[in-house]
Amino acid sequence: MMYDLIIMGAGPAGITAGVYGARKRMNFLIISKDVGGQTSWVGDVENYIGYQFISGPDLVTKFREHLEKFNVGLKVEEEVKLVRRESDTIHITSDKGKYEARTVIIASGRKPRMLGAEGEMKYMNRGVTYCATCDAPLFADMDVAVVGGGNAGLDATLQLINIANKIFVIEFTSTFKADPIMMERARASGKVTFYTQSKVETIYGDTFVKGIKVRHGDELFDLPVQGVFVEIGSTPVSHIAPDVKKNKFNEIIVDPKCRTNIEGIFAAGDVTDVPAKQIIVACGEGCKALLAAFEYLNTR
Amino acid sequence: MAKNFLTENKIPFENIDVGKDREAARSMIQKSGQMGVPVIDIEGKIIIGFNKFAIMEELGLK
Repeated sequence: MMYDLIIMGAGPAGITAGVYGARKRMNFLIISKDVGGQTSWVGDVENYIGYQFISGPDLVTKFREHLEKFNVGLKVEEEVKLVRRESDTIHITSDKGKYEARTVIIASGRKPRMLGAEGEMKYMNRGVTYCATCDAPLFADMDVAVVGGGNAGLDATLQLINIANKIFVIEFTSTFKADPIMMERARASGKVTFYTQSKVETIYGDTFVKGIKVRHGDELFDLPVQGVFVEIGSTPVSHIAPDVKKNKFNEIIVDPKCRTNIEGIFAAGDVTDVPAKQIIVACGEGCKALLAAFEYLNTR
Repeated sequence: MAKNFLTENKIPFENIDVGKDREAARSMIQKSGQMGVPVIDIEGKIIIGFNKFAIMEELGLK
């Protein structure tokens, strides 16, 4: 079966494209590993207009309800592996099947960047985590480290304040990039110790994490912690489209109409080079990509 | 996802939110030897993650 459109990803960009596609009665499919993407991992969302405060998972539930109001083909737990245009058809290969479409929107988002410390793989899900929203409650009354001093790291820290015992925030550069309001809240808790110019070299333990070794200049010091929250940014999931042009950060390059260098292949949201990786921006881009794909199909 | 699967297949289950219940969280970590969720306990048999084939096999379903 040839679809008009296949949307890859069901985060804010993919879901918005889906809602617009459904309202235009397009023959389309959404394929995604999960619903919500990075938004599912966010603690508090306080800048999505219309909600003064909503949690990431609750916002995702709202998005999903909105999409499911329409009869949409949504394939979850399916991962796209390859997108390639051959003559007039775009071929999509996933871990579960093969599809053909006239247009695609790549809204595959980003995945967390790994630390690269010794022991990181060994202790994944045994104290090392990349999702504070999912896992913070498991670290009740324990001492934990948060690696990364940006907004993601401080978001994790603020989630941990009411749960964990002591929190060590470790930043590689000389300054914290998080919003000052977040830093103030973390400081006011009295539970947080901040380290700059420090790098986690080793994560050690037995079955679970027992501590980390941190490099600060010539000094290597030990922090006994039971949890390590890695919040050092993310990388775009753009490798699935090898022929599509990317910038030096591997973000898909799009024009103002979300078009890539390949005809019929559009991209939206955090996987693209559009600045400001925000939920509200991703939603807007998903809308733009869908309207552009719709226009493209109508002029052919 | 796991909850949807169980509900859709009319498999009765008790849902424990380890994010809210600290004792349950400790018990889950001890039983499964790891901290990822979901963990499904089918009469003592522990299944880590949502693995519908493992659930069906354990319940003798096809």
